[in-house]
Amino acid sequence: MELKSNVPEGPVEKKWEKHRFDLKLVNPANKRKYTILVVGTGLAGASAAASFGELGYNVKAFCFQDSPRRAHSIAAQGGINAAKNYCNDGDSVHRLFYDTVKGGDYRAREANVHRLAEISVSIIDQCVAQGVPFAREYGGLLANRSFGGTQVSRTFYARGQTGQQLLLGAYQAMERQIGTGMVKVFPRTEMLDLVLVNGAARGIVTRNLVTGKIETHTGDAVVLATGGYANVFYLSTNAKGCNVMAIWRAYRRGALMANPCYTQIHPTCIPVSGEYQSKLTLMSESLRNDGRIWVPMKKDDARPASQIPESERDYYLERRYPSFGNLVPRDVASRAAKAACDEGRGVGPGKLGVYLDFADAIRRLGEKTIADKYGNLFEMYERITDENPYKVPMRIFPASHYAMGGLWVDYNLMSNIPGLYVLGEANFSDHGANRLGASALMQGLADGYFIVPYTIGDYLAKSKLEKVGADHPEAKKVEAEANERLKKLLAIKGKRTPDSFHKDLGKLMWDNCGMARNAKGLETNLQRIPELREEFWKNVTVLGAGEEFNQSLEKAGRVADFLEFGELLCLDAHHRRESCGGHFREESQTPEGEALRDDQNFCYVAAWGFKGDGQKPELNREPLTFESVHLTQRSYK
Amino acid sequence: MRITLHIWRQKGPHDAGRLVTYEVPDASPEMSFLEMLDVLNERLTAKGEEPVAFDHDCREGICGTCGVVINGIPHGPRAATTTCQLHMRSFRDGDHLTCEPWRARAFPVIRDLAVDRSAFDRIVEAGGFIGVNTGSAPDGNSIPIPKKTADLSMDAAACIGCGACVAACPNASAMLFVAAKISHLGLLPQGQPERFDRAAKMVARMDGEGFGNCTNTRECEAACPKEIGVEFIARMNRDFLRAGVADRPEKATAGGA
Ligand SMILES: Cc1cc2nc3c(=O)[nH]c(=O)nc-3n(C[C@H](O)[C@H](O)[C@H](O)COP(=O)(O)OP(=O)(O)OC[C@H]3O[C@@H](n4cnc5c(N)ncnc54)[C@H](O)[C@@H]3O)c2cc1C
Ligand code: FES
Repeated sequence: MELKSNVPEGPVEKKWEKHRFDLKLVNPANKRKYTILVVGTGLAGASAAASFGELGYNVKAFCFQDSPRRAHSIAAQGGINAAKNYCNDGDSVHRLFYDTVKGGDYRAREANVHRLAEISVSIIDQCVAQGVPFAREYGGLLANRSFGGTQVSRTFYARGQTGQQLLLGAYQAMERQIGTGMVKVFPRTEMLDLVLVNGAARGIVTRNLVTGKIETHTGDAVVLATGGYANVFYLSTNAKGCNVMAIWRAYRRGALMANPCYTQIHPTCIPVSGEYQSKLTLMSESLRNDGRIWVPMKKDDARPASQIPESERDYYLERRYPSFGNLVPRDVASRAAKAACDEGRGVGPGKLGVYLDFADAIRRLGEKTIADKYGNLFEMYERITDENPYKVPMRIFPASHYAMGGLWVDYNLMSNIPGLYVLGEANFSDHGANRLGASALMQGLADGYFIVPYTIGDYLAKSKLEKVGADHPEAKKVEAEANERLKKLLAIKGKRTPDSFHKDLGKLMWDNCGMARNAKGLETNLQRIPELREEFWKNVTVLGAGEEFNQSLEKAGRVADFLEFGELLCLDAHHRRESCGGHFREESQTPEGEALRDDQNFCYVAAWGFKGDGQKPELNREPLTFESVHLTQRSYK
Repeated sequence: MRITLHIWRQKGPHDAGRLVTYEVPDASPEMSFLEMLDVLNERLTAKGEEPVAFDHDCREGICGTCGVVINGIPHGPRAATTTCQLHMRSFRDGDHLTCEPWRARAFPVIRDLAVDRSAFDRIVEAGGFIGVNTGSAPDGNSIPIPKKTADLSMDAAACIGCGACVAACPNASAMLFVAAKISHLGLLPQGQPERFDRAAKMVARMDGEGFGNCTNTRECEAACPKEIGVEFIARMNRDFLRAGVADRPEKATAGGA
């Protein structure tokens, strides 16, 4: 299949402006004749739903949480980037663009990234106007900090709760549209499948999670803003409910899944404490601005940190990357921690941890300054581990955190299925093989507030869409299939819980497709995952009924999809015999053990198409061309 | 550690509920409270008994989804801590824990420990926003805001909408939740144009949803996992009183050539 990215002609910094002019508009009086279905109310979905409502479209928005305000975006701590250059430190749209392309290891679509950098400035203005209480300087102007391996201060933040405040802004804007009658929200409602009519996305099948009722909602376009799939690893920093169902179901209906193997492992999370562990907690990356990362030089050193003298400590990031030190990008920091633990130099229970030590910073700046900067994080750490980081070094370990891969979209954020748009973490486009800190919030809001409201109008204006109701034969068919699947899950009545399968899958993914991958491990997974899936469909137990509030059934449905998706993720990882960004292929490294990209053979987006159960998915390639940046090997030495 | 749980089991909104006793003989102090419930649920499921329904999502104390009344206290014994952030080391070996849902007329039980808090969304819908459309905003730095004001607004904005304030209040009042939103927006210069109108509309909706009145017991403040203070309630009351004076019907806007 030929993938049309629909990137406009012209120099990169003029493309979006030109494109906006070329896009067709829908007459204001006609907008109310259209209905847009928005699945997901995180930053991407809520901002899109609010903006569509303001423009005059009818919107139905869906989320599985009990309130749209609880989408996983709420958990983002660190901040949001924007090329405002308020700090006068040399930032610009071009630099944010360049940093993002380079940080993504040259696996993102250049034109999309430039647009993102351009829009970043409007996002901050919009959020301030909505009342997002960003941090301020004493003079009353907006404060910035540097974040995640960049050399300028361009990150805006609201204490350690930036995601919460941005989401509340978008949620409130959406609630306002509910009041005007333009938006209707369906909380505790899960999308189970996608309805296509004449090849275009025209509806979704949903389950009301309180009553169990299965329904079909139809409209003129479907927008998926359903977040990321990091929970394929079972343990991750994502909220427990995050899942792959919506985009996976769309994939099975023909949407292409792009670069699923690009997942991000975040270096600073609190290590696992036991078998019962249900999720991992992220410690903001800003801690690396002042904390020093180290492990003992000796293997299996059982002494407490305080008794290991300076000369027997290995500050391995400072040693290996003298110019970036503890501030190397996430993928580099994560792999280095894994390497130290693989050598038997890990610390803490299970030896899966490294120290993040504030002793020097406290000596240099005083405990008060450190408390002012990181007090809330230290408190959170102490609450979870019962250890006081002012006194003993924190223990951290990498954890699955973010999905750069997702459904393939063109420049308009439309998938290869007409009328199916994909926003936020659910799409693949802007972060390449590695996402820089504070850029996911930026992308979600850019997509929802400032891109899709324009591009969807062009589609609606140009398309001739017949009326489709919930009684359309296609809708009925998909609805029956969704019902059938739930019945099947309930009828198995086996011996194992959905969670136990999810944990097994997570372990396979983490061991063989985590921070480092090789052909052999991936082949093990490609064999084991289908076996596990088969066992699931024979031996899972889901108690209760379909027509009621049934959390086991919700979980089982999500795990079932992860068991299919995990295989595709490994297949993608297996085919990409290069290291790039978060995808480190052991067979492709420099003599010093650094990631080695292969631009000759892999400078493309891998977009997989579903060919039927048990059939090998089809690989489609979108070549990546770079007109304004030169490809270089990343080096943080 | 051995923990005995007395958990509220209720099949649906219209069924009668009751406390059922379960043992977790091998809880670990490092577990979170919800992980302990996970362990219980895995075991119940393996035995063919339906697991206990409870709401949760982020498990980091920020989404506001979780909430269990533990031995009479919303979110349990540890101050400034959501249920999901509570660890078993806050309890002792041999403890009996009674686990109940939020109880309030405006929060009907869905099942077991899960309740319906959509009344909160409807209060926000009534006016808990600043009415700016996408694309019409001036530069972010065009309105300087004193750091102190921004910080205070942020204190109020930190509300996670969990509803513990309602569960803690003997009158099931939602004043702290509503006051936090009114203060967050009303403190900022951007929030001034709609300030009094917002207070009037949100309070009216709050009353309509069946929440009780505030009688200054301050239980809400004590239960709030984000330590939002009752002084915001005083601020809300002032704005609400001003609203009564400011209200006038609007004129139609159509016209011109
Ligand atoms: C702990 C943590 C900290 C982070 N910190 C930062 C940071 O500091 N800066 C930054 O830029 N990024 C950060 N990120 C990343 C960022 O938060 C996310 O990538 C981003 O918020 C995703 O937004 P979204 O709108 O795409 O999806 P989400 O916010 O995940 O929303 C998904 C929505 O889809 C709904 N949904 C999903 N599936 C279905 C279905 N089948 N049916 C119905 N509804 C469904 C959900 O209910 C939800 O409403 C962080 C992430 C984590 C985990
Ligand atoms: S689960 Fe999110 S606050 Fe407890």
